[in-house]
Amino acid sequence: MAPEAAERHAAMTAMHSTMRTQRVQDFIFHKVTMLFAASVLLVLVGIIISLIVGAIPAFREFGPGFITSVEWDPVNDKYGALIAITGTLVTSFIALLIAFPVSFGIALFLTEICPIWLRRPMGTAVELLAGVPSIIYGMWGLFVFAPIFADYVQPVLKATLGHLPVIGKLFSGPMMGIGILTAGLILAVMIIPFISSVMRDVFEIVPAVLKESAYGLGCTKWEVVRKIVLPYTKTGVVGGVMLGLGRALGETMAVTFVIGNANTLSWSLFSAGNSISSTLANEFAEAANPLHVSSLFALALILFAITFIVLSAAKLMLAGMSRKEGVK
Amino acid sequence: MSADASNPTSNPARNPVYRKRLRSHRIGIALSVLAMSIGLAVLTWILWTLLSKGFGGLSAAIFTQDTPAPGSDGGGLRNAIVGSLMMVGLSALISTPIGILAGVYLAEYGERNKFAQVTRFVTDIMLSAPSIVIGLFVYALYVAQVKHFSGWAGTIALSLIAVPVVVRTTDNMLHLVPTNLLEAAFALGAPRWKVATMVRLRAVKAGVITGVLLALARIAGETAPLLFTALNNQFFSANMNAPLANLPVVIYGFAMSPYDNWRDLAWGGALIVTFSVLLLNILSRTVFTQKTPN
Repeated sequence: MAPEAAERHAAMTAMHSTMRTQRVQDFIFHKVTMLFAASVLLVLVGIIISLIVGAIPAFREFGPGFITSVEWDPVNDKYGALIAITGTLVTSFIALLIAFPVSFGIALFLTEICPIWLRRPMGTAVELLAGVPSIIYGMWGLFVFAPIFADYVQPVLKATLGHLPVIGKLFSGPMMGIGILTAGLILAVMIIPFISSVMRDVFEIVPAVLKESAYGLGCTKWEVVRKIVLPYTKTGVVGGVMLGLGRALGETMAVTFVIGNANTLSWSLFSAGNSISSTLANEFAEAANPLHVSSLFALALILFAITFIVLSAAKLMLAGMSRKEGVK
Repeated sequence: MSADASNPTSNPARNPVYRKRLRSHRIGIALSVLAMSIGLAVLTWILWTLLSKGFGGLSAAIFTQDTPAPGSDGGGLRNAIVGSLMMVGLSALISTPIGILAGVYLAEYGERNKFAQVTRFVTDIMLSAPSIVIGLFVYALYVAQVKHFSGWAGTIALSLIAVPVVVRTTDNMLHLVPTNLLEAAFALGAPRWKVATMVRLRAVKAGVITGVLLALARIAGETAPLLFTALNNQFFSANMNAPLANLPVVIYGFAMSPYDNWRDLAWGGALIVTFSVLLLNILSRTVFTQKTPN
């Protein structure tokens, strides 16, 4: 009796000590992994702080007028962000205008029209567009696309849309092939894979029952998509578009190649311009003057703030969408 | 939906409402096919451009000679290729453990946990954050302090871009592991860290590799963050503490240059970069689809 109890006691102590070690190990594991997760947050905070610190001299010098001034003159040390901000917003807006319908068409094709065996290769092909590096789009845009665009497309646009009363002004001016419109077009191609892949994902969560009911009532495929799928996935679709917008706003190399890099503000979409990212890419490495550097940091801060807001909105909308998937 | 009530026997093909609906259906489908063709056409066009312009520049010299001086003939991209491989490789070594551990945290402790939710949100934002801003951040944090451009600065910038990709894929993949597998391990008395690393993480090894490959594909072609961090170097160098030549920045500089041999080299480099990136993309897919059923 007694030796058995002693044995049991020894076994219990051993087990307790093992459990104690394991608890300590688990505690360390928890904290260590947490530390690495925190590093991601730390980087974001670091980015925001370093941009603000870098931008302070520029904002102190120019005040809020920095955002509304069109002057960007490194020689006389006067800086204003309006041209770059306009360039970024206009090119991204053009990109969305084109990318949205095309992405919708692609997502519709991949989810409803394409035969099953072709879906994977087709989907992969579209996603490969997202894999092509930005700088390649830039080279292709500048050396291949822009000359063709100037010779064949811009004259047509000028001859047709150019004569319309209000928007005619947008399609006037010298036809160089590069400029705001070209940058918008290249950006559109670059964000199509992002938008269409989000759209495809949200289209796939529409309950089959809903679609089958509509087909049962005699709806055509187009009607099912327009009146069932699209309303059901509205939030997700807008989220996907915002995600594409976020990408377009910060895109650098492709834009730098084709936007023309001129600090001018013009009504014509054919004219050369500048975006925040292209200004940074062109000028930062050569900026020697402290105020110039600080103004570039201020531009980066504005860009980061805009993208942050757009991407947060996109994320929140898509989160709402995946909750819907949960209750299905 | 609206059958012609006044004339129920009429042929639907003659019903104007039906014909209108059919017409909009056909137009819609045709536009969708057109959109898909546009996507495929652009991809083909870009790849064709690269092949036709870049293939001429591809020769043994591109791998054996360094970038030429202005005005001199020939030359290659050896220093740039080596520099790129060093920076991308080191970034992978740095970002893989960080990303995997952070991803494990999110998957293990991330349910109903405010801190983890915020981290996940921020990771998603960082995935799409403008890469040029990351370059600026590394410049302010590191380059401006040590007062010279360097390969290390470029490596840090690329790692910052790669980490969110690894975190997100690891987190997503870990959620695919069936709970009963974990419960079985817990029932055997295994502590949480062992279950998390030796059961859960091991079960999705292929998925995690996919994430690393995707991260590599993402950073291999990045140019913007290297402009103010690694800069460029005309000569061969393996010194990570000095400006380091790398393919994207060399391509950028050479493409805009007035010299023919530089532009040819730029197209050759573009071909190498693009096909490496696309290969990594395709590889990540095949790794994932082959290994997951087991």
